[in-house]
Amino acid sequence: MNDQPFFRIDWVIDNLDEIGGRVGEHLVMTGIAIGVGLVISFGLALLIRRVRPLYGPTIAITGALYSIPSLALFALLIPITGLSLLTAEIALVSYTLLILVRNIVAALDGVPAEVLDAADGMGFGSVERLWRVELPIALPVIVAGVRIATVTTIGLVTVTSLIGLGGLGYLIVNTGINRFFATSIYTGVALSVALAVLADVGLESLQRRLTPWARARSG
Amino acid sequence: MTPQARPGGAVVTFEHVTKRYGPPGVPPAVDDLSLAIPAGEICVLVGPSGCGKTTTMRMINRLAEPTAGRITIDGQDVRDLSAVELRRGIGYVIQQVGLFPHLTVGENVAIVPRLLRWPEPRIRERVEELLELVGLEPGAYRARYPASLSGGERQRVGVARALAADPPVMLMDEPFGAVDPILRDRLQNELLRLQAKVGKTIVFVTHDVDEAIKMADRVAILRRGGVLAQFDTPEAILSAPASEFVEHFVGADRGLKRLSLAKVRDLQLIQPLIVRVGEPRVEVRRRMEVDGTGYALLVDAADRPLGWVDSAELAADGTLTEEEATPGAPPLQPETTLRDALSTLLGSSVQLGVVTDERDRVLGLLSVDAISEVLRPDATAPRS
Ligand SMILES: Nc1ncnc2c1ncn2[C@@H]1O[C@H](COP(=O)(O)OP(=O)(O)O)[C@@H](O)[C@H]1O
Ligand SMILES: [Mg+2]
Repeated sequence: MNDQPFFRIDWVIDNLDEIGGRVGEHLVMTGIAIGVGLVISFGLALLIRRVRPLYGPTIAITGALYSIPSLALFALLIPITGLSLLTAEIALVSYTLLILVRNIVAALDGVPAEVLDAADGMGFGSVERLWRVELPIALPVIVAGVRIATVTTIGLVTVTSLIGLGGLGYLIVNTGINRFFATSIYTGVALSVALAVLADVGLESLQRRLTPWARARSG
Repeated sequence: MTPQARPGGAVVTFEHVTKRYGPPGVPPAVDDLSLAIPAGEICVLVGPSGCGKTTTMRMINRLAEPTAGRITIDGQDVRDLSAVELRRGIGYVIQQVGLFPHLTVGENVAIVPRLLRWPEPRIRERVEELLELVGLEPGAYRARYPASLSGGERQRVGVARALAADPPVMLMDEPFGAVDPILRDRLQNELLRLQAKVGKTIVFVTHDVDEAIKMADRVAILRRGGVLAQFDTPEAILSAPASEFVEHFVGADRGLKRLSLAKVRDLQLIQPLIVRVGEPRVEVRRRMEVDGTGYALLVDAADRPLGWVDSAELAADGTLTEEEATPGAPPLQPETTLRDALSTLLGSSVQLGVVTDERDRVLGLLSVDAISEVLRPDATAPRS
């Protein structure tokens, strides 16, 4: 490590394919975690709306999952699911649940009571009311939760390099730290941060485009 | 105000309807209520807070289900249809309006027609027609979001939305309870004008006796526990309260309240001297001398009143400007009750009210004297 230049741009150019592949892997792993996390959280939120007393226990359980160190979670899972993508995703999804469930429940609770009363009074069925009234109005808060979960997950994906995956984490740990190669570490860290920032900005603009009514003062 | 069957409505009847929220033993919210509301009339449910008005109204569209008894619309039991189908055929307006914030004004009005799967061109036409009917210019309002509307505009959109599918029955729960008194008077007048055109059966809930007397063809006074205390015309309730409770609820000033039975349009209006912005002051002075009253009403190009001009304060020459008008009491409308007119006039320095039509044009003047004439015991009732 002594005689190496601070950053070897030639290594980056020579390994563009490998780096691009890791970015792709990182995005796919994040996407799967958020997608599966959303589906599960949504189901849980709908259940909680019907059976309110489930809210406390659900938050307690997802909160406990959130607080398990990832290393410990891998140690628990590897005997069952091995050094696989499945292991990684189980961990990543677990970490999204607390944020997403809490946000979806809060978002649906935030729909004004008089809007729901008007919807019922005009003859919306319960499914129509959910899709055409509650979800559109709850969307800004739900997307805000997805933003936080996404940024968190992009950071966490790097940890799965411990089981040989990790997207950009692979560049940081496997080719970086393990081989004392600083350029790979810098590249992995910089790209991972860039992804998080891009995802945050992108989701924020999506949120605004989905809800023109929230800021419109006139048409 | 004479009750008469009008074509747009349906008969709503309550037959021994009881609603309990708690177990038997706890007093019910509505107790053995029987009531027949004639088609095309405004029936106002009035009574102290918690007496079961809202519950009574919500049983009509099954937002609350009766514990016992039967409700029919034009003879058909409301339970014959599914709750969803039933509600699409009944207009529903609430105090907080409940406009959908994520939909534009036009889309809000189109909600029930869309649920009923009307063809799009028909929906577009209907939205246009309804916005005009409630006095909102479609071009200016259709594409706006509720967040950009004033309280009065929201209420109007709420009424348009409830009328969208042309339902024979409209339910209105304290629709004007959250607006200031002057706007409330305006919205009440608009609803009365609208009702003269559409002739719905309107079940209107309020806790305000004055609003009940003004709006109702028939008033149902409820007392705590959802017991019907009296069901009659406003005239009959004021002149012959059925019980001490009604007498007490209506208030000690029953005589004064009878002023609520007559409207501004029932009295002869005075024609004021009208002068316009831009008129030469010399000419104005000459006309005021001929007229002899010493003041004139200044109006703008669209005949809308700006205020009073006093001959003593009139400058020597030049032409009249908007700024020199002294504003008077807020304008009255033909549908304003004499009681409201009286309190408006007594609260202003000029005890002469300008009466305007729905486009704010001057119709004439009403004086406090003319109103007190009606109060004289030997006065003949104002002609309708
Ligand atoms: N959903 C409900 N659950 C339990 N009690 C209710 C419910 N709605 C109304 N009540 C009770 O029924 C009575 C009548 O209420 P309501 O019809 O809202 O009266 P009002 O509209 O005349 O103020 C009140 O005592 C109220 O507390
Ligand atoms: Mg009520």
